[in-house]
Amino acid sequence: MSAGFFKPNVSRSVFGNVMVFLFLLVFGVFFAFPIVYAIITAFKPMNEILIFPPRIFVRNPTLSNFIELSQMADSFWVPLTRYIFNSVLISAAGTLGHLLLSSMAAYPMSRHAFPGHKWIKKVVVMSLLFTASVTYLPQYVVMSQLHLIDTYGALILPALQSSLGLYLMMNFMGTLPEEMLEAARIDGAREARIYWSIVMPNVKPAWLTLIIFSFQGLWNNTGGSFIYSEELKVLPAVMAQITAGGIARAGVSSAAALIMMVPPILIFLLSQKSVIQTMSTSGLK
Amino acid sequence: MKKTVAQSKPPRTALGGGAKRHGLLYRMGRYKESYLLIAPFMLLFLLLTVIPVLASIGLSFTSFNMLSMPRFVGFQNYERMLLDDSIFFTVLKNTLVFAFLTGPLSYILSFVFAWLINETGRYLRTFLTLVFYLPVLSGNVYFIWAFLFSSDSYGVINGVLMSMGVLQEPVEWLINQNTILAVLIVVQLWMSLGTGFLTFVAGFQGMDKSLFEAGAIDGIRNRWQELFYITVPSMAPQLMFSAVMQIGASFGVSAVIQYLAGFPTTQYSADTIVTYIMDVGTTRFEMGYATTLAVFLFALMMVTNTIITRLIGRFSTD
Repeated sequence: MSAGFFKPNVSRSVFGNVMVFLFLLVFGVFFAFPIVYAIITAFKPMNEILIFPPRIFVRNPTLSNFIELSQMADSFWVPLTRYIFNSVLISAAGTLGHLLLSSMAAYPMSRHAFPGHKWIKKVVVMSLLFTASVTYLPQYVVMSQLHLIDTYGALILPALQSSLGLYLMMNFMGTLPEEMLEAARIDGAREARIYWSIVMPNVKPAWLTLIIFSFQGLWNNTGGSFIYSEELKVLPAVMAQITAGGIARAGVSSAAALIMMVPPILIFLLSQKSVIQTMSTSGLK
Repeated sequence: MKKTVAQSKPPRTALGGGAKRHGLLYRMGRYKESYLLIAPFMLLFLLLTVIPVLASIGLSFTSFNMLSMPRFVGFQNYERMLLDDSIFFTVLKNTLVFAFLTGPLSYILSFVFAWLINETGRYLRTFLTLVFYLPVLSGNVYFIWAFLFSSDSYGVINGVLMSMGVLQEPVEWLINQNTILAVLIVVQLWMSLGTGFLTFVAGFQGMDKSLFEAGAIDGIRNRWQELFYITVPSMAPQLMFSAVMQIGASFGVSAVIQYLAGFPTTQYSADTIVTYIMDVGTTRFEMGYATTLAVFLFALMMVTNTIITRLIGRFSTD
């Protein structure tokens, strides 16, 4: 194997490297195939979708699915721009709010010895288990009592209090040198000031990680039973309606999916180095 | 400075001395600013995570349809769940199959992929991380599996198998009760390399290189020995965190099932407790019974979590 592909190392056999390469190739193809297939399907004309035996690759690529998608968008009750507005608003407000609230909480949680911090940390760690789908129903009950169902808040507020974000931020802030904070304290800075001007500028990798995790969750959230008014629905809900049309809509659905997956992929690519840096502090003791 | 995997405890500031001899209220007053900073997050967290979980315990002893006040019914819901509801045992079985098949498999795959990816060079590593994480990142793209497993001969899987002569006629993958669970497990595995996977990728990259050099001097000869004698013991915190995330994900499988197999699935053949809770709660509005199921699920997850983290704790070096 060429040196560019593998790390040169004495404890690595060539045979082993070949096996590693083959293993990754096989599984890589399995993981990439459905998405590559969706991308190809987005450019397939209808007569290549309804064909037997099915072909994987496209012979006459076309943009007709994207055109049909925009025509469908014109026939919606609510203009497509409204769904886009909803999705962008919810994703942006939820992501920024989550970043702000969880970093504000993470600073004292990781650095201050206030009474109760150990106890709160235990609850936060335990809540990592309770993913959104597990707490879905009890959350629905509480939100409906608060009259939040069918408002933007029903999608934004749960994202703000994601304990995964708080946990990752706490661990990352825990690695900052204490001398840095102490120096600011000696200069007379208050804790809120230290948080904003000292801690925040130094945890940018963690910001980016929270942004991608939060954005990806919000951007792909269909709203479920939390939103039922058409004018408050988001893009994934529209996409679910399109894909429900079955195989005749395979091309249009794929075109929609292709457009939808671009933002999270771009954000991940831009932040992936920071994500890895943050996740290296994610260990649980 | 390169951070090592095993982190030391962060130093904590005892604002205003924090001497133990002062009363609790005095000490809390010293940390006014800390409490103010955590307040916004914690209020929402209390409202939308802690209270929902605790309220389910209360509501599980009531009959509640969201319109009238909850009415106390004692253990009736629990009796119904354990004695009268055959669907409960179907969905419980499915939940356990999902959790105990996809959970450990996905955990092991996450670890193995992260390990092997780490054996490659920088650019290939970045690319492969993206490839394996893509199903999670691209969210709703799992709909494509509905076309791959489409029940007619236009479906890619049916089409390929038929043109190869393996199948004579198309299989209704997502309707047939014998195949539906298997297909869902494959799809679930496909989109399960999430947070835990990234943790492992980061864990491998953050390993202290000097440990490997020392290992080579001490006679570590191949990548297997390196993995078992050096890497795994020092990755205990990552193994632990990843396990927690994995348990949360494996017991929470829902969107994939609802989309690919229907809601509810044919005779609940592929429903899990989570999707059954949604069915009982959000379509039938039997909130008392739905929260009883939720309480059962919480208990099941916490017991699993305790067992798994104890097991991993045993392998831990510190």
